[in-house]
Amino acid sequence: MTDPILKVDGLKTYFRTEDGVVKAVDDVSFELKKGETLGIVGESGSGKSVTNLSVMRLIQTPPGEIAGGSVTFDGIDVLALPIDEVRKIRGKRIAMIFQDPMTSLNPFLKISKQLMEVTQLHLGHTKTQAREHALKMLQLVGIPDAEHRLDEYPHEFSGGMRQRVMIAMALSCEPELLIADEPTTALDVTIQAQILELIKDLKSRMGTSVILITHDLGVVAGMTDKIIVMYAGKVFEQAPTKELFSRPANPYTKGLLRSVPDPAHVQGKELYQIPGLPPDVANLPAGCPFAERCDRAEDICRREFPPFVEVAAGHHSLCHFAERVYEQSKSEVNS
Amino acid sequence: MLSFIIRRTLIIIPMALIVVTLTWGLVRLAPGNFYTGEKKLPAAIEANIKKKYGLDQPWYTQYGMMMSNIIRGDFGDSVKYQGQSVNEIITRHLPYSATIGILGYLLALLIGLSAGTFAALKQNSSFDYGSMSLAMLGLSVPNFVLGPLLVLVFSFWLYWLPPARWGGIAGLILPVCTLAAIYAAYIARLTRAGMLEVLRSDYIRTARAKGLDEKTVLFRHALRGGLVPVLSFTGPALAALLAGTVVVEKVFAIPGLGNIFIQSVFNRDEPLILGIVAFLSILIMVFNLIVDVCYGFLDPRIRYE
Repeated sequence: MTDPILKVDGLKTYFRTEDGVVKAVDDVSFELKKGETLGIVGESGSGKSVTNLSVMRLIQTPPGEIAGGSVTFDGIDVLALPIDEVRKIRGKRIAMIFQDPMTSLNPFLKISKQLMEVTQLHLGHTKTQAREHALKMLQLVGIPDAEHRLDEYPHEFSGGMRQRVMIAMALSCEPELLIADEPTTALDVTIQAQILELIKDLKSRMGTSVILITHDLGVVAGMTDKIIVMYAGKVFEQAPTKELFSRPANPYTKGLLRSVPDPAHVQGKELYQIPGLPPDVANLPAGCPFAERCDRAEDICRREFPPFVEVAAGHHSLCHFAERVYEQSKSEVNS
Repeated sequence: MLSFIIRRTLIIIPMALIVVTLTWGLVRLAPGNFYTGEKKLPAAIEANIKKKYGLDQPWYTQYGMMMSNIIRGDFGDSVKYQGQSVNEIITRHLPYSATIGILGYLLALLIGLSAGTFAALKQNSSFDYGSMSLAMLGLSVPNFVLGPLLVLVFSFWLYWLPPARWGGIAGLILPVCTLAAIYAAYIARLTRAGMLEVLRSDYIRTARAKGLDEKTVLFRHALRGGLVPVLSFTGPALAALLAGTVVVEKVFAIPGLGNIFIQSVFNRDEPLILGIVAFLSILIMVFNLIVDVCYGFLDPRIRYE
């Protein structure tokens, strides 16, 4: 159980645009063990999605390009694989759920066809087998009257139901790794909880490893074993979930945690927000990309790129003052 | 769906009658007559002609007679081509126009769809730029320039193909190509734009994430969405093509409906004009109806009540 199912090392994904090279993902590394759930958190444009599209080799080239690093899935060097071999992994061993279930299903094809083509392709199912399997999957993800709904089109489903269909599709070959890219962002809050419960439940039943991408810290808190915080294409902090929430070692993470609305919030008191906007990834400053928005930045932050410091076992932070921030968080917890 | 088709079909009849009425009014307002020529006719003869064709009646009587005949499907005889009914003339000349029209559109579809799809798949490649420049050229060069140009090259320089006249497959090639050029260009641009939009969409990313190969992604997932704009263009385009394309028929001396239509206007051949106008307007409405029905088959989100 200790072999990493996925190992990403020094991954760099760049986009060549008219404004210069956008380093959407710059030197990102992480590991995911079998059965583990990893949360990737960050603002829009921080490189969360691009990291995972790179793992699946789904970056449009051009303008995108994987410029360096390695992705190892179950011992296979994914980036060196010919594209035909990658296609045998996609959908079968690594599956993906996307953000917007309204646009991620093909509006022109029946649900049955979209589900069936996965197992027909990867498991060699005949039409009858594939249809039976599709029905089973729809029942598994809790779609009522599945037999009848199989022959409907995506527009006849509600948003939450569509996301269930997406999950059924993604899990139909029992993949070893499920990448869920903001699976609940486009859904109502009540539906969000249902979908997350469903992913959690299916994960424990099938033993699937999960990468959960989100910008919602509340979502990852109850679901993940460890968390990566991304900012401007870089990993800013990496820690086990509990550790990260209780003792953040990075000012950016602290800022994110402070911006989560508290149910016990006093009315009239302004909600905290990190000042400023994420930087333009095409023209990053020489120093720390967060320096301009950071409340404790000093001269060195604007001058030099910060080191990736290990503040505790398995807890890393990209900050010149990582240790001091960490100590401060610890004392805050104690007090 | 069925009630939608029936309703739309029923609407065609009053619409066609309105078109006929307006055309009749325009013909009457235009100066000149089918019997006037270089020489002034003697008054007695003119009176005889008027009496024979009912032109001595008040206008509303004439209109009423015309309409009641048309509603019964009888457009009468041509006043220029003596003894030939309008229906006969249309049936005789339609096949020429329809042949080059259908062949031209099929050719345009073949070229336009493949060029547009390929250009979208290889966006910003030299093929993309090349074919789209060619399409721009195809859109901007009018028929009456392209036709004679093709004749010049393939008939007068290379002696490969006949320059004009109906007869044999060889005689079809130049007019069909001339006709197809502008439609191929238009379809190529529509297909490229449609496909580009679809290829960037989320559901194509989903299809790729399933592990499908590019061929399946293209044919099973992308093509249908990319075809929608081409379909909406097909209705009016096909109607216009079947109805005869005056310029091409003129350049290649083809006895099609377009040619006859222009002649009938020059001749002030009122029954023939009204007959062809009614026929064309019905044709356009029928094709639009067919396109709308096809939408429903292409895109399941469209349902007719």
